[in-house]
Amino acid sequence: MSEIPSELRYTKSHEWIRSMDDGHVEVGITDHAQELLGDMVFVELPEVGNTAHTGDDCAVVESVKAASDIYAPVSGDVVEVNNLLEDNPETVNSDPYGDGWLFRMQPNDESELGELLDAEAYAAVIEAD
Amino acid sequence: MPFIPHTEQEIEQMLSVIGLTDIDQLFSEIPEELHSGKLTNVPAGISEMELARVMIARSQQDGHYVNFIGGGMYEHHIPAAVWELTTRGEFYTAYTPYQAEASQGTLQMLYEFQTMMTSLMGMDISNASMYEGASALAEAILAAVRAKKRSRTVLIPRTVSPVYRKVVDTIVRNQNIKVIEIPFSADDGTIDASELDNNEYEGVAAVVIPQPNYFGLLEDVDTLTDRAHNLDAVVIGLVNPTAMSLFKPPGKWGRDGADIAVGEGQPLGIPLSSGGPYMGFMCCKKKYVRQIPGRIVGRTQDANGNPGFTLTLQAREQHIRRSKATSNICTNQGLMVVAATLYLSLLGPVGLRRVAERCHHNTSILLKKLTEIDGVDRGFERPFFHEAVVRLEQPVADVMRAIEAQGIVGGINLSNDYPELGNALLTCATESRTVDEIHGYATHLERIMSRRSQDPPCAEKVTP
Repeated sequence: MSEIPSELRYTKSHEWIRSMDDGHVEVGITDHAQELLGDMVFVELPEVGNTAHTGDDCAVVESVKAASDIYAPVSGDVVEVNNLLEDNPETVNSDPYGDGWLFRMQPNDESELGELLDAEAYAAVIEAD
Repeated sequence: MPFIPHTEQEIEQMLSVIGLTDIDQLFSEIPEELHSGKLTNVPAGISEMELARVMIARSQQDGHYVNFIGGGMYEHHIPAAVWELTTRGEFYTAYTPYQAEASQGTLQMLYEFQTMMTSLMGMDISNASMYEGASALAEAILAAVRAKKRSRTVLIPRTVSPVYRKVVDTIVRNQNIKVIEIPFSADDGTIDASELDNNEYEGVAAVVIPQPNYFGLLEDVDTLTDRAHNLDAVVIGLVNPTAMSLFKPPGKWGRDGADIAVGEGQPLGIPLSSGGPYMGFMCCKKKYVRQIPGRIVGRTQDANGNPGFTLTLQAREQHIRRSKATSNICTNQGLMVVAATLYLSLLGPVGLRRVAERCHHNTSILLKKLTEIDGVDRGFERPFFHEAVVRLEQPVADVMRAIEAQGIVGGINLSNDYPELGNALLTCATESRTVDEIHGYATHLERIMSRRSQDPPCAEKVTP
């Protein structure tokens, strides 16, 4: 059973979202997703300053098996990307909820965060898969 | 490798396994009215002997011409070994195999091709080929737009072949990409680099730089590359592979080199054949490897530590990425690539250079001979490679018709595509032309030009 930290929010498409103290949100892919995808070989990150709407594809994680889109969990601007992944994409596998984060956003509308799944609901999504 | 169709008996066996009696039952879910029925406009089959007779008769109608046409495809000598080996059963398919790693010989051939192309282009990466040069250019533009997410505008100079520009337009038009054509000076025939200083072009996705350009002229690729990079654009070098044995390859242009190099691979051992099959090539800097389409073969080690070849970077291809794949090109011109690889292997860098020098030498003689004729002038006083523009005092189409009657095709009439150049003719003599043939062309042209500039014998002369 993969790890699903209770303090995070989730999407059905296997992104996790962490609310940060400065009002930004941090986005990554879940432990379950990285397990399914296998060894990461490349991460294509969005450009800082890009604006994304909820559900827009804004990054690509490429593993030995597949290249998968990462969707913006909320609407907002990309304020920071994890440049560490350029040379060390495998960090997404080794530490998906920590150093393996993908990008940070400034959400346009905080209330959108309330629509995301909590850990329990996400666990149910995986169960149903 | 002969094609062996199924026998009636085999078909019956297969049908009985799945519980059917007739092949038509497999299509029963398609409504009757959508069936094409019998093909009424297709003639009945004929025997091989009859067919050969028809084809020979038709080919004789085409005639046998001494060819001075270039314009992107060139008549080069092809060593006999190239197609003797290419058509061996082991290579005789257009495809990269579905079970790729089971075909180590094909993969090694593609790997050698990639190695030779990267070396010829001065680039890090080559794919295993494209359909042909023009669509390779369009794919390079799509790759550049994917890489530079912020812009969907690209600059193409009018010194790029009109055919290539049309193909690019067809492929990118409906993808919301804007193509801006950069003018050239009609006196000079090359791109004026200061065109790229226009502030409106800041941040365009890509700039295409041809070398040599459609007129056979050498562009100032270093300055153009640097100015395009100043715009933060992807630089796409569109080059003739034969020429690259003599000139600075795209990877070395300007401060940082071009980012992507594409072109037509036909000059590398593929015969002229009514427009195809040919093949395109595409090379790039490592930075763009995930943006380029097509297959890439890599060298690796198997479980026992033995060297082997494998398809790599497949995660961006259509069978995994579906509609988001870098392109639908997975099947490529495998057989043409085998021919090109053998051609390059047989010639080597020195041989290819000798071909390029000989072509240029022949075209230089041709240009000299033609411009000695009254009413024929050199189009542009600029350095050129193995192809040149001449301007005639008479309409090109009429003169070319007269030359054709002498068994010579004299070149490409530029009057329609470049009306600003007047009566301009693009002409080319590769290493396949002999000095006698070049002299023959000049002699006929001189006679035709002088006769046409005289009054017809029955014309009444009006004294002013």
